[in-house]
Amino acid sequence: MRIKNIHLGNLWISVTSVILGLLVGAIIMLLSGFNPIENYISLFTGAVGSPNAIGEVLREATPLILTGLGFAVANSAGFFNIGLAGQALAGWLASVSFALAFPHAPGFLLLPGAILAGAIAGALWSGIAGFLRAYFGASEVITTIMLNYVALYATNAIVKGMLAKGDGDYSPTIPVQARLRTPFLEHLTQNSTFHWGILISLAAVIVVWWLMKKTTLGFEIRAVGMNEDASRYAGMSTKRTIISAMLISGCLAGLGGAMEGLGNFQNIIVNTALPSIGFDGMSVSLLATGSPVGIVLAAILFGLLKIGGLNISIASTTPPEIVDIVIAAVIFFVGANYIIRYLGIKLHRPSKPQPPVAANTAPQAAVDTRAEQAAEEGEDNQ
Amino acid sequence: MSQSDIAIEVRGLTKRFGDFVANDHISMQIRSGEVHGLLGENGAGKTTMMNMLSGILQPTSGEILVHGQPVHLASAKDATRLGIGMVHQHFMLVENFTVLENIMLGVEETKGLGVLNRRAARDKVMALSKQYGLAVDPDAKVGDISVGMQQRAEILKVLYRNADILIFDEPTAVLTPQEIKELLAIFQRLAQEGKAVILISHKLNELQAVAKVTTIIRRGKVIDTVDTKATSTEKLAELMVGRHVTFQRDRVPMPAGPEILKISHLQVVDNQKVTRVHDFDLTIHGGEIVGLAGIDGNGQSELVRAITGLMPTAGGQVTIAGQDRTGATPRQITRSGVGHIPEDRQRYGLILPMSLVDNMSLQVYTVAPYSHHGVLNQKAMVTTTEQLLDQYDVRHSSIMEPAGALSGGNQQKLIIARELSREPQLLIAVNPTRGLDVGAIEFIHSQLLAARAAGHAILLISYELDEIRQLSDRVAVIHQGTIVGQAKTSDLSESEIGLLMAGETVPGKEEMLHAD
Repeated sequence: MRIKNIHLGNLWISVTSVILGLLVGAIIMLLSGFNPIENYISLFTGAVGSPNAIGEVLREATPLILTGLGFAVANSAGFFNIGLAGQALAGWLASVSFALAFPHAPGFLLLPGAILAGAIAGALWSGIAGFLRAYFGASEVITTIMLNYVALYATNAIVKGMLAKGDGDYSPTIPVQARLRTPFLEHLTQNSTFHWGILISLAAVIVVWWLMKKTTLGFEIRAVGMNEDASRYAGMSTKRTIISAMLISGCLAGLGGAMEGLGNFQNIIVNTALPSIGFDGMSVSLLATGSPVGIVLAAILFGLLKIGGLNISIASTTPPEIVDIVIAAVIFFVGANYIIRYLGIKLHRPSKPQPPVAANTAPQAAVDTRAEQAAEEGEDNQ
Repeated sequence: MSQSDIAIEVRGLTKRFGDFVANDHISMQIRSGEVHGLLGENGAGKTTMMNMLSGILQPTSGEILVHGQPVHLASAKDATRLGIGMVHQHFMLVENFTVLENIMLGVEETKGLGVLNRRAARDKVMALSKQYGLAVDPDAKVGDISVGMQQRAEILKVLYRNADILIFDEPTAVLTPQEIKELLAIFQRLAQEGKAVILISHKLNELQAVAKVTTIIRRGKVIDTVDTKATSTEKLAELMVGRHVTFQRDRVPMPAGPEILKISHLQVVDNQKVTRVHDFDLTIHGGEIVGLAGIDGNGQSELVRAITGLMPTAGGQVTIAGQDRTGATPRQITRSGVGHIPEDRQRYGLILPMSLVDNMSLQVYTVAPYSHHGVLNQKAMVTTTEQLLDQYDVRHSSIMEPAGALSGGNQQKLIIARELSREPQLLIAVNPTRGLDVGAIEFIHSQLLAARAAGHAILLISYELDEIRQLSDRVAVIHQGTIVGQAKTSDLSESEIGLLMAGETVPGKEEMLHAD
């Protein structure tokens, strides 16, 4: 559980990272002979200038919220889930396959069934890595990277060999009653691809927040992630906790994939690369520093940049890759938050020699956290 | 004494962190050729002050004079140049380098073209080693040598840089009693050779052994500077904590209670297949404190981890209140009424980034009223935490602050509150007062004695012989993984326990020691 001013500290870092990222993008545009102000204006209007644009931004954010949450849950347990992309792909495949398998089932059964199939497939895929880590100590970084490739090529083989008609490389479109896109939403957003999945994502935010903060399982996941030895001392099963966290993480990533399958694309295609929602989900989670509300905001920001970025190359000759550079720069500054903290400390030097973390604690605690911390650590770590 | 004897002097030294004053107009003089003690509780501001003298922190106001000259110490480099050297509590040594390489590190002499002049460095190190009685093997890798020798290497490192003012920050916290004795002799030697030695400590007996004068700091202010030898231990303690401190522990006689812990023929093998504990037998009754004395590394950690389910047993039996608990899980053991104050409070006892509420609930979060069907009851957790923090006087600013923000003493109090509040039939306390000041020690000892008086059985494992002798009804001595003797505390002298700890026999008492 974090105290409030730590959250503020993290928010400050995220906002600074975004601003610095935009600045770096501007510098690159200037150096390449493009007008950054003009481009950022067209990015902005492209992202929020019409109901259609807003619909697209929210559709873009929908799966990112889910993969971002997935990364955050695993990360709380000290588990670096690089396999979100593969888990999302497994969820995508499973949800579309389920919907295609029962073309005549009523929507109130088919849609939840397809969503559930996606979640379960994602969980099973990540569960493999969780099991290997818990029982054999296999590094999840390596196993999830490998499982990503297995997911990519296995999915392609299934799509081509089993789902596609004839020599095609895409599956048929799913039945109407299994689609998350509806005429109502299309009408509301001038024929955007906006779909009901956003409600699932927002519900997942609330469920994950509740799970992590209010349940014994969430307590155990956080405890194991922060100190495995003390968790064992307190009688927690670290194996069970690691596997649980990984299952939840994969379940969320699988849901993210189902959003692509049932909402955005409404079928599954042979992919040449892993779906970008996996790695973008990691970035969203890092930018949000793991906070559920932050993940929603960060996912929307990513949606804004991606959808608005399309407008840059429409309105000018600036290549669309510039937007990817801006996103990359934002992520770079999130990762390099030490630089931002350091700059912040330098700027505040005269009055506040420490990061804002302990700024409003009482004097007695200030003694403990600052003046003698070195001494305490020395005595205690022996 | 003339003015020139003063090696370092501070005048009105003040350090603020925001609104908080860590050092408030501190003035003191440290003379060459003597050991100057700096005494204060955890959090009194000793380390802040020494960090200013060694250039790590810069004072908000006040001045520092070295050999009578006002100086500005902008960095540790400035301090080194002026002959000020600090021996940190955490050794700053590279494990894979030899002692000699570590000493040379950063001030390497070369023969040109970057070729190290090892011979010159070695000669200088050996000369210093001889002059000050600092025995080291210059070619041994630091990772392979004892903690005591690592510390001597640290001291040589400082001397090699021509320091004549040496600051030691709690240097004995990591040492065995024998190494402490050697270190105190080294301090006297350094002083005889004309060095100024500043010894930061809250261990009164060490200061009394070597410090000529002692300055007492409380809450950032100098309380007094006294002639150490002429001041009693009680007086020093009182100056340090600001109230009267008793060293007498009142152990009321207790009738023998039921057998709570029975360990028979216990064997523990670690994952390197090394036998750590073997043929270990021990019985503890309710209302009894049994002190397990031994030199660090003789199987104490493995014994505790085996009893508490954190490590598998290779043979033998552990019975708690009549129930066989051999090989049970940590949670089963906790539920059967065992409290455990672990050896390493930051690694096992607490989850430092988690809040005080979470840490206080660590052993009980799965049971009502703290959770129902897997959903936490935050209100119950908060109520209990507030009550226990209050009852055990854990100084904190908010129950939501991370446990890592507490001082060491308060962290330990939190663990003790958590473990004792469950009213365990058996309490296993490992070094419960390590690194704490006398005020906190007095409190923790009184809590242990209260648990004893309430009929609980206590296994006290400590590297502090004084602590064991003050608290225990019986003393058992562990050597190389097995008990080499046990007796009533009053039947064994300190030196007899010391002999047993070293694996020797005690003439004339063999039969008594193995009677149990």
